[in-house]
Amino acid sequence: MAELLQFVFSGLTVGAIYALVALGFTLIYNASDIINFAQGEFVMLGGMTTVFVALAGVPLPLAALIAVIVTTAVGFALHRFAIDPARGASPVAAIMITIGASVFLRGLAQIVFDKRFHSLPPLFGSDPIQIGGAAILPQSFVVLGGAAIIVVLLRLLVDRTMLGKAVIATAANRLAARLIGVNTRHIVDFSFAVSAAIGAIAGILVTPITLTSYDVGTLLALKGFAAAMLGGIGSAPGAVIGGLLIGMTEALSAGYLSSNYKDAVAFLIILVVLVAMPHGLLGRVKVERV
Amino acid sequence: MTMLEAERLAITFGGVRAIDGVNISIASGQVFSIIGPNGSGKTTLLNLVSGIYTPHDGSIRLAGTTVTGLAPDQLARRGLSRTFQNLQIFSRMTALENVMVGRHRHERTGILADLLHLPSVKRQNEATAEAARAALARVGLADAAFRPAGSLAYGALKRLEIARALASEPTLLLLDEPAAGCNPVETRELDQVIRAVVKEGVTVVLVEHDMRLVMNISDRVHVLARGRTLAEGTPQEVRANAEVIEAYLGAHGLREAAHALD
Amino acid sequence: MSVRALLQSRWLPAVAVAAIVVVLPLLFPSMYYYRVAALVFIFALAVVGLNLLMGFAGQVSLGHAGFLGIGAYAVAIGPVHLGLPSWLCLLAGAAISGAVAFMVGRPILRLKGHYLAVATLGFGLLVAIVLTNEAGWTGGPDGMNVPTLALFGWRARGSGTWYWIAGLTFVVGFLLARNLMESPTGRALQAIHDSEIAACVLGIDVASKKLTIFIISAVYASVAGSYLALFNGLVTPDVAGFLRSIELVAMVVLGGMGSIFGSLVGAVVLVVLPQVLTIFHEYEQALLGLIVMVFMIFLRRGIVPSLAASFAGWRK
Repeated sequence: MAELLQFVFSGLTVGAIYALVALGFTLIYNASDIINFAQGEFVMLGGMTTVFVALAGVPLPLAALIAVIVTTAVGFALHRFAIDPARGASPVAAIMITIGASVFLRGLAQIVFDKRFHSLPPLFGSDPIQIGGAAILPQSFVVLGGAAIIVVLLRLLVDRTMLGKAVIATAANRLAARLIGVNTRHIVDFSFAVSAAIGAIAGILVTPITLTSYDVGTLLALKGFAAAMLGGIGSAPGAVIGGLLIGMTEALSAGYLSSNYKDAVAFLIILVVLVAMPHGLLGRVKVERV
Repeated sequence: MTMLEAERLAITFGGVRAIDGVNISIASGQVFSIIGPNGSGKTTLLNLVSGIYTPHDGSIRLAGTTVTGLAPDQLARRGLSRTFQNLQIFSRMTALENVMVGRHRHERTGILADLLHLPSVKRQNEATAEAARAALARVGLADAAFRPAGSLAYGALKRLEIARALASEPTLLLLDEPAAGCNPVETRELDQVIRAVVKEGVTVVLVEHDMRLVMNISDRVHVLARGRTLAEGTPQEVRANAEVIEAYLGAHGLREAAHALD
Repeated sequence: MSVRALLQSRWLPAVAVAAIVVVLPLLFPSMYYYRVAALVFIFALAVVGLNLLMGFAGQVSLGHAGFLGIGAYAVAIGPVHLGLPSWLCLLAGAAISGAVAFMVGRPILRLKGHYLAVATLGFGLLVAIVLTNEAGWTGGPDGMNVPTLALFGWRARGSGTWYWIAGLTFVVGFLLARNLMESPTGRALQAIHDSEIAACVLGIDVASKKLTIFIISAVYASVAGSYLALFNGLVTPDVAGFLRSIELVAMVVLGGMGSIFGSLVGAVVLVVLPQVLTIFHEYEQALLGLIVMVFMIFLRRGIVPSLAASFAGWRK
């Protein structure tokens, strides 16, 4: 029982990160129909930049802030300078550009930072809290809490601000949004920037637990995408549920089956979802008009 | 023989009933036109008949066989072909190659033969090219055969799509606003092409705004409004129908229709 | 056949490539060049297959190195653990790759393009994970030795031998791909790429065609992977790795999506470059990513079609 609780908690923790990556995917996909393969790199950049800026002597909170700003700028630049110039091209082109960007950022991180694993000090110390026989790291609560706050903030942004309304409008019908005066290019810029920020924060929060290195982005992107698909691509609540589900499935199968194939879980889930229910749990069926 | 029958067709998009209980029956060898204002569901109806949308209600029968819910490629193999309102040209291929694709359902070579370029493939390529050239000639595009499709003028592209659809030797041909953007000369040529096609026994369904063409060429006219049937009959009957005139032909359309029979 | 007829015939590109293969060794000062050229032809073979998928069917495979891995390990595991002859294992590897492509592709190719991209990404990663973990069969992260290919007593060993094997296989692969392009299947593929809906309406079974091309591209990659393993005498899990998959994609993009000849150009650039620039290794990932990005933004047609287009523009 204690073991199960342990797995559930670690699954929820890492699942919260997948959920945030999936949210980032969803935000960008809804605003622009683009699948951003570089999503995982935002998480990597958040953690790695914080580590290295802190190593340079900057106090940790400031380093974290700088990391978020830098990653947000990268997200914005990715759309403005790499994806937007190619906006008329085939869907294959957009996929390739984001994949190229992902590899480019990985390669750059390898050069600018290094190839080793790094950690950050946890927010509330590293002594595990005993709950029902399971040893839970305090940082787990930080991650879960942080993720919950971000989800709520996003919801507020979308529901309560003009900017949020503009994002919804762009997601629903880009041409109509432009016709009523929404600058859709800025909206997509914004969605990339916000996704990057979310990813960066997720990276900073989870690094004390899972460590970070220059190449964590690829698997994170895969799992985040699996989560978005499981939840139903285009659905924000779906992204969150999908992320948590995948995190838990991973932790449980690593605990009870084989930890070597932990990373394969997300891939298998993708295949199952695609075969059995392509629209995921909460996704909407979109009819393509000719 | 009834070529196409649709009963109680209905489809809803996001709460709007785009097509709401439409019945049509088209006899073989006819020119059957569907008219109505923008948003009345003409193209949706065409998309339903050609398998691009699956109806939420109702059934479709092609030459007696129920085909509701079949995919477009399955319908094509049963002799249905169509053109598109917003051109779907293969822009990176030449005009001839575009039309050659139209011959696909008559091509028989398998993947292995294709990979090895067996003599059967060579013969088939030649036969396909021959048939494609003939189709191009019928729409007056024989000279443009080797030009990249993307470089042709709009009017030529409309005719290219028709040639491509004809190349598949359909028994039922759906034309989605073929005269849109065409000048009177081009529309007259279109008229000739459609008549020639019908003479060969092809049934033609025409969605159009150009009233002159519709009135001149149709055997029957079906009027749609807000997803429902407003009227159906011969061009004369529809022209004289008070509701149709009042709501949709308008004063201008009335004059056009009157001139068409001169 | 007169020279004029030859120049206009559909055989010209294949003859040109065959001529390159035959003439090139005359310029080689040492065995090292045979080795590099053999590697170029091996990768070019995989790239041709991937190009068929990306350039003509308009799909992306981000895990194509997984098929390289299946082919490579087939000729390692088969002889070493099962005592089977290498040539049989090469064929078996190709068959397995084809079967896997069928199983992965069938449910996924019916959906939009990015689903195949993600599914193949996962597939590639999965293959690499399995190869790394199942050390009992695969030798784990350090890999395993690959016995030399032997046929009727003759052993395929050395850069010279493999230059000819790889070169001639590439010519055959090149020819098959070009044949495909000039066939009903090829036209159907190009149609699908330009307008899926129109292709469908003309009777083309889109999902089936995409699946066919996916399987063919997997077989090409598997054969290339087998050759790589047999040539090197050693195989490690990163033959199926993510970076390898991106390398293949970069070669397609560089040479020109949809240009079979461009596949060779792409392979030449990205195989020769690391040999020439020793610093390449450090910057490899960043450079690959940059190449893919820059080409997809600015030079979407790739090198060969762009050159061909400007050539045609000159002649006017």
